[in-house]
Order: sequence, then C-alpha cells, then structure tokens
Amino acid sequence: MKRPIRVVVAKAGLDGHDRGAKVVARALRDAGMEVIYTGVHQTPEQVVETALQEDADAIGVSLLSGAHNYIFPRINELMKEKGLDDVLLFGGGIIPEADWPGLRKVGVERVFPPGASLEEITTYVRAAVPKKRGVEV
Amino acid sequence: MATIRRAGASRPGTPAPENPATSSDLVARARSGDKRSIARLLTIVENDEPEAADAMRALYPDTGRAQIVGITGPPGGGKSTLVNRLAAAFRERASHVAIVAVDPSSPFSGGAILGDRIRMRERFLDEGIFIRSMASRGHTGGLARATVRVVNVLDALGTDVVLVETVGVGQEEVDVIRVADTVCLVTVPGLGDDIQAIKAGILEIADVLVVNKADRPGADETARDLAQMLSLAKDRPWKTPIIRTSAQTGEGLPQLLDAIAKHRSWSLSSGEHEDRRRAAARAEVEALLREALLRELEGRVGAARLNAAVARVAERSIDPYAAVEELLRR
Repeated sequence: MKRPIRVVVAKAGLDGHDRGAKVVARALRDAGMEVIYTGVHQTPEQVVETALQEDADAIGVSLLSGAHNYIFPRINELMKEKGLDDVLLFGGGIIPEADWPGLRKVGVERVFPPGASLEEITTYVRAAVPKKRGVEV
Repeated sequence: MATIRRAGASRPGTPAPENPATSSDLVARARSGDKRSIARLLTIVENDEPEAADAMRALYPDTGRAQIVGITGPPGGGKSTLVNRLAAAFRERASHVAIVAVDPSSPFSGGAILGDRIRMRERFLDEGIFIRSMASRGHTGGLARATVRVVNVLDALGTDVVLVETVGVGQEEVDVIRVADTVCLVTVPGLGDDIQAIKAGILEIADVLVVNKADRPGADETARDLAQMLSLAKDRPWKTPIIRTSAQTGEGLPQLLDAIAKHRSWSLSSGEHEDRRRAAARAEVEALLREALLRELEGRVGAARLNAAVARVAERSIDPYAAVEELLRR
C-alpha cells in the first residue's frame, strides 16, 4: 500500500516558541508527508485526541519549556488509554540528554536535540513508521 | 473515550483492538462509536484501500441523513475560524458535529501542511465533535477526491451536521456543490472590484454569501458589489443572502446560522435538495466509473506501449492524436 505518512506536529505545554516545530513540519511536508499542525500551547489531551481523530502514524512533540518529564509520560498514558499502540512518539527541543533514557521508558522512541538535521528527522520518521504500524507505507 | 455515534458508548480505558481483521468488524466498532475505528475507516476510504468498497457497501444505506454545510472562499478569508464558530453553534442543538477540512498538497513532494485545526482548538476535546483534516492530493476542485466518501462515512455513522471546509479557492474550484446541501462562500473586503463579482464560477455556487472581517474598511463596498451582482441574476428561485460576519468576534453568527437554516428549509421544500443529491450521486458514480475505466485501459495498453508512444510523440515522429488512436487500437 502506498500512501502518505501522516504526522501530528504539536507544541505542548506553555512555551510559545514554535519556529522549530514549523521548520520540522515543513521538512516533513517536503519529504512527502501530511503534517497535521495544531499550533502552540497544546495539552497532552489535545495532542492525543488529534492523533486519534486524524489516524496519525506519528506524533512529534516540540518542547522548550523543561516540562518534558511531565508532558511525555502523560501523552504516553493517554495513547495507551486510547489504543494508539502503533503510533510513533518522538520529541525534539531543549531536552537534556540525561533525561532521554527516562523518556524512552515512557514511549518516546527518539529525541532530536538542537542541531539535529532535518534529513535525520525525516529519514527516521520514514523508517520508523512502517515498523511501528506493521505495514508498508 | 468515544463517540460520534449516539450517546452512551462511553467506555473510558477500553483498549481499541489492534489491526482490525475485517472491514465489517471495523464498521461495527465505528457504529458503536469507537473513535479509533471511525478514524481508521476514514483512512481506508481516503486511501481507497481494498476494504473501502466493502465498508461503503455496508454504510451507504445509512447516508443521506446529515446536514452538510460547505464553507469555501479565498485563502486567509477566515474559513477555519468561521467553521470553528459554526461547529460550536451547531453543537448547541446537535449531539454530533463533524468537520472535514481540506488543505492543499504540494505539487512537488506530495506532502502537505494541514493547519486548519489551529483555529479549532477550543473544539478538540468536545466529545461531540470529530475533526478530520485531508490533503487535496492533487485534486484541483477545492476538495480531495475522497472528501465525498469521508463525508458519507461520517454521515452514515450518525453525525448530525458535517461542516466541509475547502482549500482556499480562487474562482473555479466548485466541487463543494457536489457535497454540500448549503454552500457558504466566505469572502473578505478588498479583494477586487465589482467586475470580479460578476465573473462566472465560484460566486454562482454560493447559497449564502458571507462578507467576513466585516469590521475592516471596504466591507460596505464589498457587500454592495455582491448585492449588485445578485440583482443581475434574474429568476433565481433562491434569493442568496449576504451576511456580514466577524469570525474573530462572532459578530453576525446568529444571522449566518439563520441564513443556513432558511436555505435548508427552502431547499428541502423546493426540491432543490433532491436535485442536488441526485447530481452529486451522478458525479460520484461517473468519477468512479472514469477511474475504473482508466485503470482497465491502462492495464490493456500497458506501460511499455504507452512509453513507446510517448517517446515517438516527443521526437515528433507522430502527433498526440495519432498516438492515442494507435494505443486504443489493439
């Protein structure tokens, strides 16, 4: 089956700096994906509900506020609750490397720090989604 | 969790089943209000996956009940903001409202940024509202090819009102008339003079004309130009109202809702509704037929013969008409 990958790109929490998220959204678009962009100040509930209704293959969350150790576990919990077990969760922004292992435990499969290349991100999403979904896309 | 279906299907914490075995399971779960299944079903019809035909067969008898309102107009005119307002207003009296919002796909990468949700954030957690974004995927009529099917599924699953937002349109993207019972054309002040208003195309399909951002300078002139344009069209049984709104503040919204309701009751009593649905059915069958014939023909012609013919046309040893004639001959 050949279809565009659908990715929700969200800014969760209280920081309003969405330049990075927009750049990533644009890069994913240019890689042929359909990006559902929801804007800033999203709650975990809003992010997961959006992914659910949009039947997204992946959720990318940008966080610069330091709230990642609260936001991601909550998103993970809600994803489980709603049965989004085959949806890829990844993150980016200001997230200290020391926190990555802990985030991995709550379902964040990859964190992209500042300086990660767009190519790296799009290549990752394109490879990780089919694995997670268990189908060819 | 749940539900776009009738109330009572709330089952917090119930894990949605993985990889639904058949489309009939999926349809059953969608009917019970399971949002994951509804979303999957929409994906299946959007991508025209193998299960799509079965699913549509099961659901089609239940279509035709929802009120479908189309919102179209130029980019940046405030369509999404207005849809956000309308959804909230319809929710006051309907238990299930859906929004289908279309944004353009890139002609180069095929990717898309679907950003209509940004204006609809207050609606995200309303259990009675289901929002689905679609990319146009190369279709040029203002909607995606599969928008009709997506609307049909939502309709069959018991949605009371479906709001269909087109891509930002120019003058010619009029597909929304094939989906919606009532088409609202949202324009804004300052887009052009009175000649723009008498051109053919998009203005002709409007059942309700909306001058949004009516607090801006030039709104009076825009409304006047549109009124003059309408006065030139004689003997139209429906008098298209011009409603001034500010989607941002909500001003004019009651008048817009009233105009939509009036059009609906006129449409139902005058037979327009029936005519339009029949035309829509014809358009859908013809489109499917065209696609099927094309696929069959492609199979018969074969890529090799096609490529050979194209190469000869490119090197001018044969003209395009002759190439087609030759390809259709076996």
